[in-house]
Amino acid sequence: MANLKVTQKKTKAQSMGMHTEVLTGKTQQKFFNPDEAENFFYWGTHDVDFNKRTELDVKDMDCKEANAKIDSLMNEGYGTIVIKNPQGKHSLGVGILNKLNLIFEGSLGYFGVGSIDGPIVRVNGRVGWSCAENMMAGKVVIEKNAGSCFGAAIRGGDLVCKGSVGARTGIDQKGGTIIVGGDAGAFTGFMMQRGRIVILGDVGINLGDSMYDGTIYVGGKIGSFGSDAVEAPMTKNDIDWLNRKLKVAEIGDNFDVSKMTKVVAGKKLWNYDALEPTEKKGAI
Amino acid sequence: MCGIAGLIHRGKSSNVGEELQSMLQALKHRGPDSTGYALYSQNDGQNFIMRFKVGENVGEGSTSVNEDASVYDDRKKLVDKNLSELGAIIVKEEKLTPYSYRYEIKYDKDLMDFSKKIESVEMVEILSIGKSLELIKDLGDAKTVSERYNLDKVTGTHGIGHARMATESGVDIKSAHPFWGYPFADVSVVHNGQLTNYWNNRRALENKGMRFMSECDSELIAVFLAEKMRNGATLEEGMKESLTGLDGVFTYFVATKDSLGMAKDTMAAKPLVLYESDDLVAMGSEEIAIRSILPQEITTYDPFDGEVKVWQI
Repeated sequence: MANLKVTQKKTKAQSMGMHTEVLTGKTQQKFFNPDEAENFFYWGTHDVDFNKRTELDVKDMDCKEANAKIDSLMNEGYGTIVIKNPQGKHSLGVGILNKLNLIFEGSLGYFGVGSIDGPIVRVNGRVGWSCAENMMAGKVVIEKNAGSCFGAAIRGGDLVCKGSVGARTGIDQKGGTIIVGGDAGAFTGFMMQRGRIVILGDVGINLGDSMYDGTIYVGGKIGSFGSDAVEAPMTKNDIDWLNRKLKVAEIGDNFDVSKMTKVVAGKKLWNYDALEPTEKKGAI
Repeated sequence: MCGIAGLIHRGKSSNVGEELQSMLQALKHRGPDSTGYALYSQNDGQNFIMRFKVGENVGEGSTSVNEDASVYDDRKKLVDKNLSELGAIIVKEEKLTPYSYRYEIKYDKDLMDFSKKIESVEMVEILSIGKSLELIKDLGDAKTVSERYNLDKVTGTHGIGHARMATESGVDIKSAHPFWGYPFADVSVVHNGQLTNYWNNRRALENKGMRFMSECDSELIAVFLAEKMRNGATLEEGMKESLTGLDGVFTYFVATKDSLGMAKDTMAAKPLVLYESDDLVAMGSEEIAIRSILPQEITTYDPFDGEVKVWQI
């Protein structure tokens, strides 16, 4: 295990303003052991075939029934599921932990596709508050607008909204990428800890307030910077990554990413030290 | 957590009573304690419509003190006596429940003096007064209240409503929304959120002669706006001032005889989803409220922090 504490050369990620703190301690040394793969069981997952397609009309179902039905269809091996008439219902498509093509023909309410780990989701409509909260992996594309707390606490994956999003986008974000084609409200990136947020339009007040780490890119006007959020220079790595990512996200054709504003944590607000929490506890 | 809903038809009337009932019933999970409606129709404008209560609903879930129903008749007689002394003529009267009435009256003098006189009777509160506003609020969900007051047949141009979960004050009619913008005819307000400088504002407004009927923080919005308008501000100007004058988290709707407005605090802490077309604006705490009257796929959005919007009929 390399000792990151003495690593002198900056990685590509570090040069883009991420993962800049020194990581040490035993908690960083736990990796998945391929030899133990046969003992590894991910509860609640299904082997699905993307070519096996079905439609599900949830007009007369509550969210619990609809989610149970999606689960049962995945259990039957369906890998492409089209949901008809979601009509703003809450908590649809949550907790899906395997690969799946999930398409919603309409809008979702609160907490849509939360806590997912792997599916590719397309919402041909709008989503309410806290879409994809705690997402771990996968890709979610929203064709219209999104409510507040878009991508709250996501750990990984790509979350894309082609329209505008509400306040507190990427609050407590711990990884992954959030991309917004339109504008974003106040407190975007509030207390974010890792990952990247890309807003092509304007953002509201208190951008990146109390952020620990991570990077925010803004294409339009910024209402105001939050506590400890500071502007950083754009690098070639940033520009290359943004161009690549926007292409994958299917938005921002011909958008000049080199003119975006890059925002990172100033790291003056909190007491950053080299100790991991477990070591700190021991020291006390 | 409460649920609010509002809609305005531009250029035509519709069955707003039924539409608002559907929207509020869809938000029942946000507030099961009481439901209120402020419905606006374009009447002939000759007479004032006054809705008032002479007691509280003491049914299941109420936090009100149980009273002998005989006191209601005594209070009603005192209201009639005061109306006569004010020079108001009762054109039509309806007893809606044992504790609430709807009067059509002829009156052409100051509404503040009028309100003070009527509300000087113990437990009597004017729920609304105006030439197009019908304000109805009671305990129960949207369907229950609508059936109790026959609201599904009410037509009009616009309306706002509220499904209340009581957090800051009692489960009773006086704390239920909407609130009338005393002493302005045809002004009503619904609110979702909490106001943290309620007492500071209330004391200041009471010193200026404004009246509060409840201890519900949301009533402050109606009184705050009314005081601004009394001093010459337009509705929209008053609403913009509320963004800094009111502290806390809020999304609120305000309606007048010919307009509907919304305001969202600068933290954007309370939800609001909005649909806007050339002939209809519909908005609610959650999208399912809008879907209850517009099931087809439409484009909706969340207004941003600190946003104020006003629409005309």
